[in-house]
Amino acid sequence: MKHNLLCTSVCLLTLSACAQEDATLRPGDNDHRTLQEALLTAEPGAVIELAAGHFELDATLSLDVEGVTLRGQGMDETILDFSSQAPGTGGEGILATADDFTVENLAVENTRGDGIKVEGTTGAAFRSVRVEWTNGPDTNNGAYGLYPVQVTNVLIENSQVRGASDAGIYVGQSANVVVRRNEVWENVAGIEIENTTGADVYGNRAHGNTGGLLVFSLPELPVKDGRDARVYDNDIVENNLPNFGKEGAIVSTIPAGSGIIVMASDNVELFGNRIHNNQNSNLAVISYLSTGRAYNDPGYDPYTEGVYIHGNEFVGGGESPNGDFADAFVALAGGAFPDIVWDGVSNPDKLVEGEVPADLRLYIENNGDADFVNLDLGSVFAGGEPNVSTDLAAHQGALPAVPQPVDLGAATGGAP
Amino acid sequence: MALRRAQHAALAIAALALAGCAADEGGSGQGPFARYPAKLSAWGLFDGELAHHIPAGGVEPYDLNTALFSDYALKFRFVRLPEGPDGDVEPALYREEGPFEFPVGTVISKTFAYPADFRVPQDGLRPLETRLLVHEADGWVGLPYIWNAELTDAELEIVGGPIEVSWIDAGGARIEHTYRVPNANQCKTCHRTDGERVLPIGPQAAQLNREYTYPDPDGTTLEENQLERWRRIGFLEGTPPAAEAPRAPVWNVAPSGSVDERARTWLDVNCAHCHNLTGSGRTSGLDLRKGHRDRTRLGIYKHPVAAGLGTGDRVYAVVPGKPEESILLYRLESTHPGIAMPEIGRGLVDVEAVELIRQWILEMEPPGPRERAG
Repeated sequence: MKHNLLCTSVCLLTLSACAQEDATLRPGDNDHRTLQEALLTAEPGAVIELAAGHFELDATLSLDVEGVTLRGQGMDETILDFSSQAPGTGGEGILATADDFTVENLAVENTRGDGIKVEGTTGAAFRSVRVEWTNGPDTNNGAYGLYPVQVTNVLIENSQVRGASDAGIYVGQSANVVVRRNEVWENVAGIEIENTTGADVYGNRAHGNTGGLLVFSLPELPVKDGRDARVYDNDIVENNLPNFGKEGAIVSTIPAGSGIIVMASDNVELFGNRIHNNQNSNLAVISYLSTGRAYNDPGYDPYTEGVYIHGNEFVGGGESPNGDFADAFVALAGGAFPDIVWDGVSNPDKLVEGEVPADLRLYIENNGDADFVNLDLGSVFAGGEPNVSTDLAAHQGALPAVPQPVDLGAATGGAP
Repeated sequence: MALRRAQHAALAIAALALAGCAADEGGSGQGPFARYPAKLSAWGLFDGELAHHIPAGGVEPYDLNTALFSDYALKFRFVRLPEGPDGDVEPALYREEGPFEFPVGTVISKTFAYPADFRVPQDGLRPLETRLLVHEADGWVGLPYIWNAELTDAELEIVGGPIEVSWIDAGGARIEHTYRVPNANQCKTCHRTDGERVLPIGPQAAQLNREYTYPDPDGTTLEENQLERWRRIGFLEGTPPAAEAPRAPVWNVAPSGSVDERARTWLDVNCAHCHNLTGSGRTSGLDLRKGHRDRTRLGIYKHPVAAGLGTGDRVYAVVPGKPEESILLYRLESTHPGIAMPEIGRGLVDVEAVELIRQWILEMEPPGPRERAG
């Protein structure tokens, strides 16, 4: 009898424990334990459902199982709050290091470091996620909101980021990336596509950041020389927030009022964007050399080559150029920055009979009455006087080979 | 015999855990961890009272020249090798660099403990957690066990967790601290040194090349070089004489190496498991392994990438001669989760190591002709 009793109780325990595995996880006494245990014991391909409510997390949640979906009940219903994150428990809210991770329909709030980081995988999807520092812009907020790095096949859609002290959406050293229909505001940089090959960035709304949208390639990194970005149908509006990043980070050098900046990335097509009232400059195309930042990386290409700007709508902007770069302009030409600012720096080693080859040029057409300036800093770097020009005629035409649409395959839901 | 008995015990407990699905209310031992014993004692690594850590037959204690800082916890390390088909111990293979190649079936054990008073560290030791690295046919697995309040055993706790602890430090001050046991994924964060495979970090030639005081069965002690002993008892194959093997300095013992040697060793042990060319810190471009002289990869006049607020308003990772302008030092001096390095496993500042790194940066050669401060 005793034996049977024991068996009964053990069996009950077993049943209830097993049944819970597929159940929705709810906020309780020890939310980190509940969620981290689910992530550690998940089967590959599992869907972990989180109930609506407020989860309080005092440590990073880490995931290393393939194909897991972490799903809440909505970005305003399921809140993962990391306000109480303790020392020594990790540098981000969620860290995923396994392929085909999907996070959707939830919010990550007030992480002390980054929001959601995915590192070194294939397949990462962020859908309808909100990452927010609820106190608004603050130098001591975490750096990145949504942060895939060295990931192949990235989808970020219908998400929101606010308050990041570096970039709200930051895609670094990745390949095959779609960033669409997101809203980013009150970050230092709204969206940053960095050292990434193949990115479609469209339908996003970046407003009220220091800089709206950055397409950058930076030196001294293992994955270099980003290229093939298509940036289209985005609203880049009033990104005039004073820069609140810590010195040292590249974005801390972004002048407040920057709409779109393309720097050192190659083969970039920007079209159909609405770029309004960014008071430093609506759209700037510059080489890394114009930042004046030193680097030691012989394999790095600092030049921006092959940019095609067409069919964009520019309104206002450029009224108050600021920063070193702008100072040079004001000294040279004075007044407001035109809609499209080019530093006029090309790789002198690639000139053919004194001309930049066709596939490496800057093309500008059909942008309404958008105005333009070529600051000709290339001549300054060569020790000469700049020939500052506002003539668009030299930039008529289309990039010979525009970047192809990104194909994410099935891994992230067949997007786009 | 002791070894075999222990394995039986482990198997029996593992079977129990499997049958139970969730054998304990805490939920550790589920999913991929279900096959592991819920209690440390079941591994049979120690004889007598478990907390005394008296190695069972076939279990070797060892120590490292320079170890990872873990909030001042003292660490007690052991390794058990499997028996080969002939009943003898199956040896590990010596490697001059990197961890030795341990056979499948190896169990490496590390207990983290605090004495009540660091001025008498041998007394009143309280073990907090014991981490096992177990070499399975398909790779190494990390298992955190947390000691119970009575210190009679430790239980598998894959999610880790906080433990309140206090001690008197070497200067006589009372320290209250929330110690954090990492979760089983975080084991991998550090131990996946090449970005792919989980591997042991400590047991390598340069780290093991030192004397250890072994207890003798007759109650006396015997001092012996660890490499020599491992060779002598058949734990290690292919070992050169200790004098010919590399030997890492002890980071806080000045005669064991120059400031540069000791600092580079400390960085290698504390940072380079992530900050190498393939580990999880590779995305930063910072490579803190010892033995290379690429100044940019070492952080000298290197801009940060994803440091965010971790820059502390400093522009370069390392500025020679200027520790106060070096991001690397700033991050070692912080415990803020968005700033501190390493990101996991450190909730206190390693004050003495910070001094060493400060000295290293202070004494560093001034910039070469290619390095500009811009």
